[in-house]
Formats: sequence, structure tokens, C-alpha cells
Amino acid sequence: MSYIKPQFKHPRLQVNDLGLTHRDYEGALSTLCAGCGHDSITSAVAQACAELSLPPHKIAKLSGIGCSSKAPTYFLNNAHGFNTVHGRMPSVATGANMANRELIYLGMSGDGDSASIGFGQFAHVVRRRLNMLYMVANNGVYGLTKGQLAATAEQGMKSKSGEASLFTDIDLCVSALQFGATFVARSFSGDKSQLVPLIKAAISHKGFAFIDIISPCVTFNNNPDSNRSYDYVHDHITTAAVADFVPVKQEIRCENGQSDSEDICLHDGSILRLSRIDADYDAHDRIKAMTKIEQLKSEGKILTGLMYIDPEADDYHEINGTSDAPLNSLKQETLCPGSHVLKTINESFR
Amino acid sequence: MTLFQSINEFVVRFANTNGTGSASANNMFAKAIMRMGLPVSAKNIFPSNIQGMPTWFEVRISEKGFLGRRDGAPELVVAMNAQSIEEDIQSVQPGGFLLYDSSRILPQRLMRKEINFLGMPISDICRAEYSDPRQRQLFKNVIYVGALAALLDIDFQVLKDLVSDQFKGKDKLIRPNIYALELGFEFANKQFSCPLPICVERRDLIGDRILVDGNTASGLGAVYGGATVVGWYPITPSTSVIEKFASYCQRLRIDPANGQKNYAIVQAEDELSAIGIAMGGGWNGARAFTATSGPGISLMTEFLGLAYFAEIPLVLMNVQRAGPSTGMPTRTQQSDMLTCAYASHGDSKQVLLIPSTPKECFDFSAQAFDLADRLQTPIIVMTDLDMGMNIHLSDPFGWDDKHEYDLGKVLDADDLEKASDFGRYLDVDGDGVCYRTLPGTHPNKGAFFTRGTSHNEYAAYTEKGEDYIKNMERLEHKFAMGVKRLPAPEITINTKAKRVGLVYYGSTDEAIPEAVSLLCEQGVKVNTLRIRAFPFSPQVASFISEHDGVFVVEQNRDGQVKKLLCNELTIDPASMCAVLHYDGLAITGQFIAESVQAQLSVQTDQAAG
Repeated sequence: MSYIKPQFKHPRLQVNDLGLTHRDYEGALSTLCAGCGHDSITSAVAQACAELSLPPHKIAKLSGIGCSSKAPTYFLNNAHGFNTVHGRMPSVATGANMANRELIYLGMSGDGDSASIGFGQFAHVVRRRLNMLYMVANNGVYGLTKGQLAATAEQGMKSKSGEASLFTDIDLCVSALQFGATFVARSFSGDKSQLVPLIKAAISHKGFAFIDIISPCVTFNNNPDSNRSYDYVHDHITTAAVADFVPVKQEIRCENGQSDSEDICLHDGSILRLSRIDADYDAHDRIKAMTKIEQLKSEGKILTGLMYIDPEADDYHEINGTSDAPLNSLKQETLCPGSHVLKTINESFR
Repeated sequence: MTLFQSINEFVVRFANTNGTGSASANNMFAKAIMRMGLPVSAKNIFPSNIQGMPTWFEVRISEKGFLGRRDGAPELVVAMNAQSIEEDIQSVQPGGFLLYDSSRILPQRLMRKEINFLGMPISDICRAEYSDPRQRQLFKNVIYVGALAALLDIDFQVLKDLVSDQFKGKDKLIRPNIYALELGFEFANKQFSCPLPICVERRDLIGDRILVDGNTASGLGAVYGGATVVGWYPITPSTSVIEKFASYCQRLRIDPANGQKNYAIVQAEDELSAIGIAMGGGWNGARAFTATSGPGISLMTEFLGLAYFAEIPLVLMNVQRAGPSTGMPTRTQQSDMLTCAYASHGDSKQVLLIPSTPKECFDFSAQAFDLADRLQTPIIVMTDLDMGMNIHLSDPFGWDDKHEYDLGKVLDADDLEKASDFGRYLDVDGDGVCYRTLPGTHPNKGAFFTRGTSHNEYAAYTEKGEDYIKNMERLEHKFAMGVKRLPAPEITINTKAKRVGLVYYGSTDEAIPEAVSLLCEQGVKVNTLRIRAFPFSPQVASFISEHDGVFVVEQNRDGQVKKLLCNELTIDPASMCAVLHYDGLAITGQFIAESVQAQLSVQTDQAAG
């Protein structure tokens, strides 16, 4: 296997609005196991960013530690990346976002990273309404340490060594809904047609967007007994609504009159078009979304698709009243009050 | 009974109840002394509790300028807490005075013949004057300050001016406060023989100095240093660093045109997150910091290792308290020195700045951002509870308007366009500090991956031994080169004989002049060196080698900086003596002098024997 990616670009590759091809959204060659679901996520992120015509260098990609957190190396070569420490990507993403609100923040995490060691940070970055897309590549298992069960593994799920999980799993979508996320979706790494529009919509969403992506681990958790295996997920997926993403500037046909579809206008003017499969589905009802997830789970099914969105949501900077100009761009003359002010301050201590 | 007599050299201890609003009255008293032109210092001795527990405030007035805590009993105790009255009565120096609330008669068994009881029915006065219970409580404090003005001969106009300054813009509060001061003043004048044999006389010894706590100074320093991103988690005694930073930002950093904030302060869920936020901000080109104390340092350590290895600028202000574990949260110590110097697993080392006065807290906090950007590493400003939460007489804060922030080696789009080669960890200039780029700078140049795993010069993951060693050696080189930028030690030469040297740092500074003076009285002339940064300047090694006996004065049990000196400067541990004070209260000049003298006597005996 070669570890060096060829530089060759086919001259007739399709270009986007920025004149970039999908190759411009790729990263280093993956070192994950062949067939790893995470590589499909990588490819979906690259495709979504290319289709949105995002300038790659205006994206900051951050992750924690683990197989999932290696993934940002494999997309967007011209974006700055940051592998932080295990479970603590959310705080670093927060600080980065405080410093420069103009970049696009993509957080990549895993089930160990977000549901165990970093569960606290996950909860609080959601509460802070940080404007970012937070993705969890969820395979229910610790890959890099070779096969221990994660906190997202359902009760009874067996690890490589045959030990069954004794405890209730943490459903990160339910958690995100409860913590106040304003965009919550679940998808499957093997279903790009669903995942790519969701990523596009999540990036366009202002505020905290969360996508839990079931991403089977081919090495440690793809056996027939596992409910995170390709076969199981394929057979048990239930979709609330099919999401399609209509970019800004494209002519919008209003379909509000139809009972089975809804157009949701996102912050940047793009449209998220939902086609309902379940007549009961309402993407604006947080409680219903949680109930639906739990109800289907009790039937052994997995709900995917967009579960909840609040298109009017504020993000941290709006709530805080931070300057429009990125804080890292402010110059000394703006930041330093100077010696004359200090004289008055000294007086207050006499 | 002999009355204790002293002008301008005595200690007043206030015994109060936590949460009754006594702090501002006590501070007003200290400030009044300063406005009389006299050197003054004040120490809070308070419990880890919100309300109801005994708390003390000790003010030292010293015309000689000795402002460290003083050993021995105070000359005057203001006993306003019934719970601790027995202890407070016992604490008065023979010949001294006790001002107490005589609304209730003191049991005869508590009376001491060798001290003077000054009874003032302060609760009765308040009951008669105020109907609101909260007012009764608050004005009680102001009334005893008024009484002290009469007893100690403080110019009453000084107090009136202080009240007017304190409540500027809240005119309704001025009159009732002055009235309460007058109540106390008049009562004391009528009932006691004023002034007491201990009292103050105006002097002109203060100059332009100010009375301020270190945490206020550090918070303000961060404003001047250009900090914009703060992640923090409340912990005593560091909390007020951020609270002061926030309050100055509200005054100085809101754009008047649109009301927008030129800063972001995130109260995080824990210390791990607090430093993560500072790190994210530093990575993305903002000046970012956090503040914490011992237990927080433990939690932040993993991130400090990442910042050291990935070379991310950030500032951490550690206001030390007594450890280990939860220790004594409201007592002072200098016991995080080793933990911070070598914070994190693996071979890692952190830059420490160690201020000794509020002015240095201000200066070092501001400079820390320049240093962090310049050296691309965390800078830890090490203070302690005594420095941070007590008010100290300090030179005023100063700022040179010509000073330009040193943003370090950051390449912009033009630089990248011109550059032939960019490697995040390439040592282009030979000083160990590499060029960095910020996210979003250039469409296809300068992007790199920041990671805590081993990386080569181009920031790519590597497990090659030679790449790892090269990187680690460069980091060591960067620190060695960086020492030049750190504040040099402060050396005071009192004797050319150079026999005895005192090495110390941080808040111990306040007690040193008295220690030096006491030793001199006993015929021991000492030179002093105050460490102001780690890694140590070469001057520290020279000072130690040039003296026959070196005493390292510290406020911890294990002689942490002594160990650090031995370790870093390859000094024989037996060649230095330790002077260690760690009961949670600030070290005193007497303690230092006695400890040095005792150890010198032992050495002399041994030499003679």
C-alpha cells in the first residue's frame, strides 16, 4: 500500500464556484483500516465542502484523540487542523471560535471521545451554542486500543473478548437535544446520499449543529451480533425525513403547501428541503424527536435523518455581544487603554 | 499596668464575622492610614466559608516601611465577633487595647488585667439609629472605623474624603456613611481618653504609591497586554483575577459606537475546558489566558503538555494556595512551583514569571502575552493568595505608550506568498522559535496540522527517532535562548564580604527588608537575590556560587525552588540551606531572620566543634 497520494488531477474534473475540484478538498491518504466507515465520512465531508464551494483554508478542523479524530487529516489539506487531547476538542474549538468567528469550524469526534472522557465538554459546547458542526463517528467501540466497548454500545453488545456491555448506552442525539443543540441529525457513513446534504445543511446552520454518524468498525465491531455492523444498520434504519440541500442563490420553489415536505431557510440563505416519510414527524419539536428516537430504539430500529432544527437559533457571539470583527484581528490601539487611562486607575487605589 | 506606646509602629487586628460587610470598612481604615502618608499593609485571615465564621483582618502600620506580616500579638484588637471574643481578648499584647462591643457585659472570667478594655455599645447604638437589620450590620463596621479615627488620631477629614471618593456618583450613600463615622468618632472622643498612646502622626512616606491587591493588578495587566479570549473556572484565590479583568473590560473594552465587546470571557465547565479555551484562542491568534489555583493546575496539566509540545501561546495565572489536594483553600503557600515548572508528563518544561508586588503582577501579566507569543509556549504567572487577595503598598502601574505588542513569528499571506518553503517546526533563525501561521491566512500555503503526537519539521506525524530527538532538542534550545527575554533577578548587595545570601521569590519579598534589618542588627549582613522567572537566569547561578552560605526562603514544606535550583543549575543540595514557612499564613521577617540565625549558629558550632 502506498502512503503517498499522487498529485495528478484529471484535467476534466468538475470545478465548483471557486474553480476548485473535489481533489482540492481531499487530505492525506488514510491510515485507517480498509473499509473503515470513517473514510466514508471523510469523503462525505470533502464532497459537502466542495459542493458548498467553501474556501478550504477558511475551515478549521479540530478533533480529539482516537480513530475518528485521525479523520480530519484525511480531508481539507489546505485547512488548519488540530488534534487536541482526548475528549477535549470542544473547549479548544470554543477558544478558536472566540478568537475568530469568521472561520467555519468542523469538529470531528468519536464515541469514546464524546460519550466518555469528553462527555462533559460535549454537553457544555452544546450549551454554549458554539457555531460549529460537531460530528461523531460512532462505532460503539474503541478502535485504537483494539476493541473495548464504548459508552454508546447498547446494553448486551459484546466486545471482541466476548464480554457483554452491562450498562445503558448513551444516545448522543438525545443528549444533544437535551443540552440544547439547534441542529441534530443522525446518519450512516454508508449512506452518502443522506449524509452529504445533512453535512451541508449543518455547516450552513448558525449555532451548534450535531450529526451522530454510525460508522461501523470493520476490525472490531462488524460481526453479525453487533448492532453497529454494516448489515445490522442497513436492515434497521428508519428515516424520519429525507433531507435535500438547496444552496444559496439557487431558485427556490416554495412547497409549503405540500403536507409531506418542508423548506427550511437556513442562516446563509440556503434551503434545507425535507421530505417527510413519517407523517408524524416534526423537525421543530425537540421533545417529539427525543421520544421518537427512544421509541424506535425499543423496537430495535435506528432513526436517522434530521431530527431537530431551530433555524432562528442564536450563536454564542450573538448572545455575548462580541464584536463583529474577529477578536484576533483587533489591533493594539483598540485593545490597550494606554497610559492616560492608567493614571486614573492608579488614582482609584490611593 | 504599663500602657503600650508607639507612634506609627503597631498592628491593629479586626475580628469580624464572615459575610457581614466588614471588608470594605477595614479597607477604608487601611487606606486612611495610607492617606496619612504612612506605610501600611493588610492581611485577610479568613476561613473557607461564606458566612458566619470568624474572620480577621490585620493591618500593620510601619513608619520604618516593614510591611510583611509581623509576628507577635497586635497592640490593638477590634473585637466585633462574639464567637471569637475569648480568643481575641487573649490575642492582645500586654499593655495593648481591646475595642469591643459592650452592648453585652463581658463575663468577668474573660477580663485581663494587663490590657485595656475600651467598651463601646455599638449594637445598642445601631439599634437606636437604624431600623433595618442589614443597615445595623453594615453601619456597625463604619461606626468602629469612626471610633478608631478618634482613638488613633486619624484626621477625620481623610475619612470623609475616602467616603466621598468611594461613593462617587452614589451621593445618597455619602451622607449616611459620614454620619456613621461621626457616631463612632464622637462616642470615642467622649468616652475614652483620645488619642491612645498608640496612634498615627502624619508623615510623607508614601509618594505616589498605591494600595491594591495582586489579582486586580493581574486582571488589569491582562487588559493592557491585549488579552481578548478568556476561559476560566472559579477557584479561590484566583477568581478575582477574572472578575477584575471582566469589570475593566466592561469599562474599557466595549465599543462605544455599537456596544460590542472586544473580548470574550467563557466561564467553562471545569479547568480542563478553561485552559482548552485559552489554548484554542492562542492557536487562532488571539491573546488568551486563564487563571486558577492548585487543584486547577492539576487538571490543566495535560493541556500544558500539549501547549509545550505543539508550541501554542497562552497565559496561565496561578494564584497558589495551601495544598496538597484541597489543602487550605483560603491560606497562602508557594507550593505549586515544581508542579508548574515541569507540568505534564514526558520531558516538558514551562516558563514561570514570579511577581512580588502588585506593580509586577500588572507588568508580568501584560508582558506574559508578549512572551507567550514570542516563545510560542504557555507562560505561567505564579502568585499566591497573599499577593493576590491582600492589599499591598505598591509602586503605581505604568504603561509605555511606545511599547508595541510583540506578536512573535506569525506569517501573513504576503509572507507566505514570498516564502519558498514553510515548515511549522523549521528552526529558520536558529533560536529554536519557528514561524507559525494562523488558520484562514492563505488559500493554499501555510496550512498545517497541530498535534500532540510527535511531529517533524513540517508538522507531519512521525515516530522516527531522529526527528523526535531533533524536535526535543530544539525545544530545549528555545528555552535556553528564551531566558534572555525573561525578567532578570533582583539582586541587592549589602555587604562585599558576600558570606550569606538570601534567595527568595514572590510575596516573600514583603518580609525581606525586615529580615535583612534584623539580621544586620545581630551582626549578620546578607545579600539578597529575588528570583523573578524560571528557567533561571545565569545570574542566579553566579550569586549562589559567590556566597559561602545561601538560604533559599520559601513558603512550602519541601523547598521546591531549592530543589529546582539544584536540579537545573547542577548545585550540590548540601550547599544551600532552606528557610521554609508553610502554616498557611504569610511568612514574617522575624521568622526568616531567626531561621537563618539558628542555622548559622549550628554551622558555627559545627565548625568550632
